[in-house]
Amino acid sequence: MSAAIRILVNDTEREAPGDISLAAALLNLGYASFRASVTGEGRGPVCGMGTCFECRVAVDGVSGRRACLEPVRDGMRVTLDA
Amino acid sequence: MTTRPDAIVVGAGIVGAACAYYLSRLGRRVTVVDAAFAGGGTTAAGMGHIVVMDDSDAQFALTSWSQRLLDDLLPELPAAAEFERCGTLWVAEDEAQLEAARNKLACYQGREVDAELLDAGQLAEAEPMLRGGLAGGLRVPADGVVYPPALARWLLAEAARQGATLVEGVRVEAILPRAVRTAEGVFHTDLVVNAAGPEAARLTPGLPIVPRKGHLVITDRAPGFCRHQVVELGYLKSAHTMSGASVAFNLQPRATGQLLLGSSRELVGWDSTINRAVLGRMLRRAMEFMPGLSCLNALRSWTGFRPATPDKLPLIGAWAPVEGLWIAAGHEGLGITTALGTGALLADLIAGRRPALDPAPFVPARALPDAA
Amino acid sequence: MPERGSRALSADIAIIGAGPAGIAAAVHAAGAGRSVVVLDAGPRPGGQIWRHRRREQLPRAARRWLERFDRSGAVLLPEASVVDAGAGTLLGAERHGRAVRVHAEAVVLATGAQELFLPFPGWTLPNVLGAGGAQALLKAGMDVRGKRIAVVGTGPLLLPVAAALSRAGANLRLVAEQAPAGRVLEFATSLWRTPGRLAQAAAYRAAFAGTRYRWGTWVTYVTQADGELHAAYTDGRSSWAEPVDLLCTASGLIPATELARHIGCVVEGGRVVVDDAQRTSVPQVYAAGEPTGNAGVDAALVEGAMAGLAAAGRESEARRFLAERDRHRRFADRTARAFRLREELRDRARPDTVVCRCEDVPLSALHPEWSARQAKLATRAGMGSCQGRVCGAALQHLFGMSADTVRVPVLPTPLGVLADLTDSMDDSQGAA
Repeated sequence: MSAAIRILVNDTEREAPGDISLAAALLNLGYASFRASVTGEGRGPVCGMGTCFECRVAVDGVSGRRACLEPVRDGMRVTLDA
Repeated sequence: MTTRPDAIVVGAGIVGAACAYYLSRLGRRVTVVDAAFAGGGTTAAGMGHIVVMDDSDAQFALTSWSQRLLDDLLPELPAAAEFERCGTLWVAEDEAQLEAARNKLACYQGREVDAELLDAGQLAEAEPMLRGGLAGGLRVPADGVVYPPALARWLLAEAARQGATLVEGVRVEAILPRAVRTAEGVFHTDLVVNAAGPEAARLTPGLPIVPRKGHLVITDRAPGFCRHQVVELGYLKSAHTMSGASVAFNLQPRATGQLLLGSSRELVGWDSTINRAVLGRMLRRAMEFMPGLSCLNALRSWTGFRPATPDKLPLIGAWAPVEGLWIAAGHEGLGITTALGTGALLADLIAGRRPALDPAPFVPARALPDAA
Repeated sequence: MPERGSRALSADIAIIGAGPAGIAAAVHAAGAGRSVVVLDAGPRPGGQIWRHRRREQLPRAARRWLERFDRSGAVLLPEASVVDAGAGTLLGAERHGRAVRVHAEAVVLATGAQELFLPFPGWTLPNVLGAGGAQALLKAGMDVRGKRIAVVGTGPLLLPVAAALSRAGANLRLVAEQAPAGRVLEFATSLWRTPGRLAQAAAYRAAFAGTRYRWGTWVTYVTQADGELHAAYTDGRSSWAEPVDLLCTASGLIPATELARHIGCVVEGGRVVVDDAQRTSVPQVYAAGEPTGNAGVDAALVEGAMAGLAAAGRESEARRFLAERDRHRRFADRTARAFRLREELRDRARPDTVVCRCEDVPLSALHPEWSARQAKLATRAGMGSCQGRVCGAALQHLFGMSADTVRVPVLPTPLGVLADLTDSMDDSQGAA
């Protein structure tokens, strides 16, 4: 188990293990819905491998990052639009 | 086609759809025939920019009248047509282009089209993602954008409510006097409208229409990145060359927040494959105006063929050499923009009514060998 | 025009995908003395089935292959996504926001598989995910301890994922195989010929021994009330609903063929067609593993070896693997037939069920007689970020709509990178 790091999720400071994916971290922290669909439905990870694009979040100001492919990093700022 | 229609429109693109719409309102029983499916050809590669063009009196008349016709239909258009009156922003890179913008302003103002000259600072405020160092621009607020396949389908659906029929997946092999021949047989009618876009000359030899290929790219959603249809004034130069490959910056915000990016022009026959060199130049040109584009994700690229004529005006009217044949084709890059005016003008001519627009510049006969 | 911040590489053989097939191809091609570069979108080799954070987490066979790969001399370019392949062997990739061009004499497509997702009411709710997705997320650190989970569907992922979730501490409530009991039993009995596989299946079952394991049972819809998921199941006779924290649907795997189709390889029935030396219809382009037909890791290793050897000019050596390859393929075909999707699964979607998730296009907006392109233009289905990867497969399954052509970029790519990859090409390198 890797040392814990701190990330910001929607401006709230949260803790996560340092060696997991952002999608895993968010799910573990209780965020099931990462983004809003075109008609406003909450959506979360589905394929886990970067194909479906449902796990998109903004990381450090850059939108459209697939959380399932993104490893957590100390200090990363994550914005969920759901 | 079981009953004999009054008119057969060849091509269910936006021009054919507009023709069907206006002919149906005349009370004619119209059948529209398309080799593939409605709005799937050139229409699907159109940017859908509803713009008033001032490069000639005729072009101005046709584009501004078409814009008014669309404005009248706006309350009825479905959401899927995604009409947005975002306005056009013509961008001047240097003083010479800014002078061209001033001339354009004078033209528009002389014709009562609302337009506003912007200096460098005002340009930056209008479109913050444009790079610094540009000379200024011209904003035309009444222009807008629409999603062409949806508009074409709506026009056809409205025509159907007036009794028109759409036949898809049937290729017209030949246009005969008051008839068309397809693989499924010959269908007789009173009049045929050739609205086959870039393929019009295949069906009516002698039409001076050639396919002028263009590339498009659409990005992932970037809401707020751009507010107007942004076009470089150099576009006008690109649209006028008939040789070589040219690119010009042309960017449109779509209702989804995605950005539609063009444009390129080449004459390469019917090769619809992506030409990477041209695509790359088009992207590079766009990023020269808006460097922030480089970070946006491209989702798709595709091509289309504009039906190009030597004098840049479409052919709208009767085609004397073939009995009962009318032409509505050759709109180059303004097909979406001028479809309604084309259909309405054609209906006027067919009905023998006094047309709302001077038809002389569009007369197909100008293309005949013995034309003056 | 000088390339801004882009990089160009060349090698005898470029391999796309560092899963088992790509690894085997690399090992054999390099072993035959060729220079090899392997491009993979992930941070380390292994693909999906051998995905890991630390190698100790992998089975021994996988670790040995990775060690051979390390020693092979093949160059791995991780976090590189191939987004263009003009003329087959001139590749354009995006890596860390920059353009990378790879020029190779031969290319091996080892692009793996993706899950098939079938629409049903509620499939878009959060906490409804693919079984493969659950496995990937589990390996990436998702904590499932105490979570009520159901794994339903069919295919090669059903039992392994159920086992993995159970071992990770999940409260596995139900494992449901949609194939009828008769077919499952018949298949299980046929496994006496391959005792290794029988033992593996038994081991998976043992890992979730305390969980209901039903056959001829499938999920019909999912609803959400008070933040809780409720999944409804049926076995064709009775129906019932249960609360669940995570619902994992397994509808099988399909070949990932976008790059192959982009290059112009002949694809039939969703599979890249290859000959006895893993050659596709495009000269100098080979394919190995899942893209030629989903047949699992053993088939991928054999096909990778064949493709690597053939690409390296050792075709006769490649052909020595033919019997083994065909044996694996026959087994895969038998498995696919036994576990084929039942008709009822196609009928679950209701008019308001979303089919295209990226653009929220419901079933009711789609006309069955349309082509995929027509559907796209009329409804936007397939026009979103996933470029039709999820809904395209669903449309194929529901209506038989075959996929539209694949143009550059094969994956969403920053415009700057796309410009770098394309603007310095001359017109002759155009077509795609």
